[in-house]
Amino acid sequence: MKVKMLSRNPDSYVRETKLDLQRVPRNYDPTLHPFEVPREYVRALNATKLERVFAKPFLASLDGHRDGVSCLAKHPKSLATVLSGACDGEVRIWNLTKRKCIRMIQAHEGFVRGICTRFCGTSFFTVGDDKTVKQWKMDGPSYGEEEEPLHTILGKTVYTGIDHHWKEAVFATCGQQVDIWDEQRTSPICSMTWGFDSISSVKFNPIETFLLGSCASDRNIVLYDMRQATPLKKVILDMRTNTICWNPMEAFIFTAANEDYNLYTFDMRALDTPVMIHMDHVSAVLDVDYSPTGKDFVSASFDKSIRIFPVDRSRSREVYHTKRMQHVICVKWTSDSKYIMCGSDEMNIRLWKANASEKLGVLTSREKAATDYNQRLKEKFQHHPHIKRISRHRHLPKSIYSQIQEQRIMKEARRRKELNRIKHSKPGSVQRVSEKKKRVVAVVK
Amino acid sequence: METVPKLGNNVPPKKDKLQGKKKKPRRYWEEETTQTAAGASPGPPRKRKRNRELRPQKPKNTHSTKKSRISKKPQVPKKPRERRSPGPQRSLSGAQDPFTGPAPVPVEVVQKFCRIDKSKKLPRSETKIRSRLEAAEAQEEEISVKAARSELLLAEEPGFLEGEDGEDTAKICQADIVEAVDIASAAKHFDLNLRQFGPYRLNYSRTGRHLAFGGRRGHVAALDWVTKKLMCEINVMEAVRDIRFLHSEALLAVAQNRWLHIYDNQGIELHCIRRCDRITQLEFLPFHFLLATASETGFLTYLDVSVGKIVAALNARAGRLNIMTQNPYNAVIHLGHSNGTVSLWSPAMKEPLAKILCHRGGVRAVAVDSTGTHMATSGLDHQLKIFDLRGTFQPLSARTLPQGAGHLAFSQRGLLAAGTGDVVNIWAGQGKASPPSLEQPYLTHRLSGHVHGLQFCPFEDVLGVGHSGGITSMLVPGAAEPNFDGLESNPYRSRKQRQEWEVKALLEKVPAELICLDPRALAEVDVISLEQEEKERLERLGYDPDTKPPFQPKPKQKGRSSTASLVKRKRKVMDEEHRDKVRQSLEQQPQKQEKAKPMGARPSALDRFVR
Repeated sequence: MKVKMLSRNPDSYVRETKLDLQRVPRNYDPTLHPFEVPREYVRALNATKLERVFAKPFLASLDGHRDGVSCLAKHPKSLATVLSGACDGEVRIWNLTKRKCIRMIQAHEGFVRGICTRFCGTSFFTVGDDKTVKQWKMDGPSYGEEEEPLHTILGKTVYTGIDHHWKEAVFATCGQQVDIWDEQRTSPICSMTWGFDSISSVKFNPIETFLLGSCASDRNIVLYDMRQATPLKKVILDMRTNTICWNPMEAFIFTAANEDYNLYTFDMRALDTPVMIHMDHVSAVLDVDYSPTGKDFVSASFDKSIRIFPVDRSRSREVYHTKRMQHVICVKWTSDSKYIMCGSDEMNIRLWKANASEKLGVLTSREKAATDYNQRLKEKFQHHPHIKRISRHRHLPKSIYSQIQEQRIMKEARRRKELNRIKHSKPGSVQRVSEKKKRVVAVVK
Repeated sequence: METVPKLGNNVPPKKDKLQGKKKKPRRYWEEETTQTAAGASPGPPRKRKRNRELRPQKPKNTHSTKKSRISKKPQVPKKPRERRSPGPQRSLSGAQDPFTGPAPVPVEVVQKFCRIDKSKKLPRSETKIRSRLEAAEAQEEEISVKAARSELLLAEEPGFLEGEDGEDTAKICQADIVEAVDIASAAKHFDLNLRQFGPYRLNYSRTGRHLAFGGRRGHVAALDWVTKKLMCEINVMEAVRDIRFLHSEALLAVAQNRWLHIYDNQGIELHCIRRCDRITQLEFLPFHFLLATASETGFLTYLDVSVGKIVAALNARAGRLNIMTQNPYNAVIHLGHSNGTVSLWSPAMKEPLAKILCHRGGVRAVAVDSTGTHMATSGLDHQLKIFDLRGTFQPLSARTLPQGAGHLAFSQRGLLAAGTGDVVNIWAGQGKASPPSLEQPYLTHRLSGHVHGLQFCPFEDVLGVGHSGGITSMLVPGAAEPNFDGLESNPYRSRKQRQEWEVKALLEKVPAELICLDPRALAEVDVISLEQEEKERLERLGYDPDTKPPFQPKPKQKGRSSTASLVKRKRKVMDEEHRDKVRQSLEQQPQKQEKAKPMGARPSALDRFVR
């Protein structure tokens, strides 16, 4: 007879001293871990609920401006520094860690229309209603010195926007035309127009740095190549575009914030249909900014809310609003992709977390592992109705909520009308046009 | 492990044999290269060169890389070596690297951890979704390979009992086993002589560390049976029908003559649940925190012990219920009835999930193994049957016992114990997943009284038997899973660990509504509601947006885009589509004809007229 009994030595399963860690032998045999899927589901459900519990995105409100905030700019080298321009011509520089204003400049008379930093972070440019472009030093004046711009360029027309080249000492302004300036000269090296209209914003492409995009009030978006004297091409949409923003990871993708409550993501190479229409706002979209990852962007709207959209989704994943926040004029996503800043009509700049339920500060490795695991579980079970309902739920102000309902009814009525028209006309005589194609009026080269 | 090809094999490779005379002292890694290293040092032969060139061309698809890590036939040590031989990269000095990547993992072990069904084809879908699915599948496979690799780290080996040639293991009595094994194991065999409070029911806690038993005449006790430390001993002054530990050893449910009582580990009565009366059998579902009770009144009641609510009270409409067991794989309750059927219940349904006709005459005992694939039943017709629970519910094997078994129990490794009168028989199968073969018992043991309760102790090679003479703890080598998972149920856990585990377990309490026959159903695509949604969408839109629009030829260069050529191109595409359709229909037709022909019949001359 040969016999062996299962006989464990307790010493190899129990810790030796109280200072040791407990021993936890593992065996991944599935029969020892029954109900794997239901238990994971319950974990995912709990994680989703906790995510909503901890979703407290609002961090701080920076007050100090004496008029509505009209523009924001990030510092290219310092995460803690932010620049803002107000409607009374005042520019303030903020320190985000201290949440304090560290410098203020009366830069212009009338609005500060645009503000941008130089790529090296040593100076910044502002344009205002007083038809000037001013360059300022980032550091404040030393003791006894007066606050004065480095350079001032007097123009003939009002400038409505400014953006700096990402690598060279070149910047672009817009107004009646798009001007490209050398920093050393007082006259533009090149100015480009296409039709006669006021151009509201101009943006340099961060990857293909000689490319520019602008949007004008005659409903078009025009693309320029800095190396050419003439614009490249333009696309005309249904309504006016307020700003555009280039995707920092994909050179040919940009997103346009439109007056018709929607955002349109275009592929520069094929402008005749937008890649995606992002709809959730209930009023005109005023500003848009990409996260440095190029996966999400944030949009500011006249409906007193900001929304975060994934690039490949037509619906927003997040909406931020507070009782006191009025029409949001400008929005920026910080360069560490963790925070969002928005400047609004009621003179405040607000700081939000980009990921509403994220825990700030240093995480222990166990905490990190747990959040990673929970994130994966949430992803795995995201389509289950119960979990989907919880993760999608957002509280909305009554005004936005009722307007969503109203617009849904209007949209449904339009669709029904179109269906009826097709039904009652000769087959084939009325073509069905896709929602994406409908919004693009024309592409001109 | 047998699967890892041993490089220091006794059989020298062929090339060495040919070489014969010159025998240089070899290093263990120079198995196959000595010849080339000596003979053609300036350049290796062409064949080898080609192999070396092939080596860096790793397949780009992650899928196939994963596959290549698994050796197809691990039993044959030759094959992996053959596969490996071209592999070793050689340094400039000519020495081979004997360690060419991770060791192959046997397929069967990987199969054990595999969660996806490879036989199912991926559905036709968009390339984006498809690529995501494929990536997920590849990841799953990698995980299962990793899990299979971790098997190497398991510390313990299962026990066994083998007779010398011709010796029947069933003839070996307990005393012999006790004598042969070590002292620690021998101490696990004991008899509690408790004739006074007669026949006993018993229950081990989930970690296998604690034992609770209750006698018909009111004796209830709980003890740490490994150290033989008594936790509590009381007499409830009422008949005890059944006893069961709740999620931890601190709580004890006792089905008494009238009502259900819950005691703590000091014997203090915590609850008396009057809504559960005249209970005959108890079952605890540890992941759902449900205590299932079968009553004389014919009700199957589920009590949620974490909140103290009755989740469901189901009327089985089959009279007195006194045979009940749970399926540990999917938490379905199996009830045995006097008409020979076994019915399967879930608290989410008012009706049984399934009914299986198992015996002529009443069912006497039911047991389900830990993988949830086999169910053993015994009936009044003295039959012992094993059923397959995976869909078909067909009997796999059956055997007539002279007396018929009154109690059945499965062990963690698939051993089946049956109590017939005062004798316990144990049958063993080939492995964990195979059913026990009923021809030859593995062990038998005669007790001092009639069997009244049976349970294998989890994680110990011990079978606890409650009988009219007390409690017997039998040694059954090879019954239990040798390696426990410390986070799931740890016999050596401290109090702090137990408390933390309790909090975690309560947080992930599975809702009672999720109990169904297939516990993995939650991870699968809900096809029915998907189709429903699609239908509703079509209705709402009024047209199908996924239909392909008619082909519109693209405008070509100047001069090529005349109306005639446009029509021609359109016609071309149309014809191609038509041809495809015809081809498909033709492919389907011959299959039908082949089916129509009678198989095996001799061809007749008249066949030529058959169309």
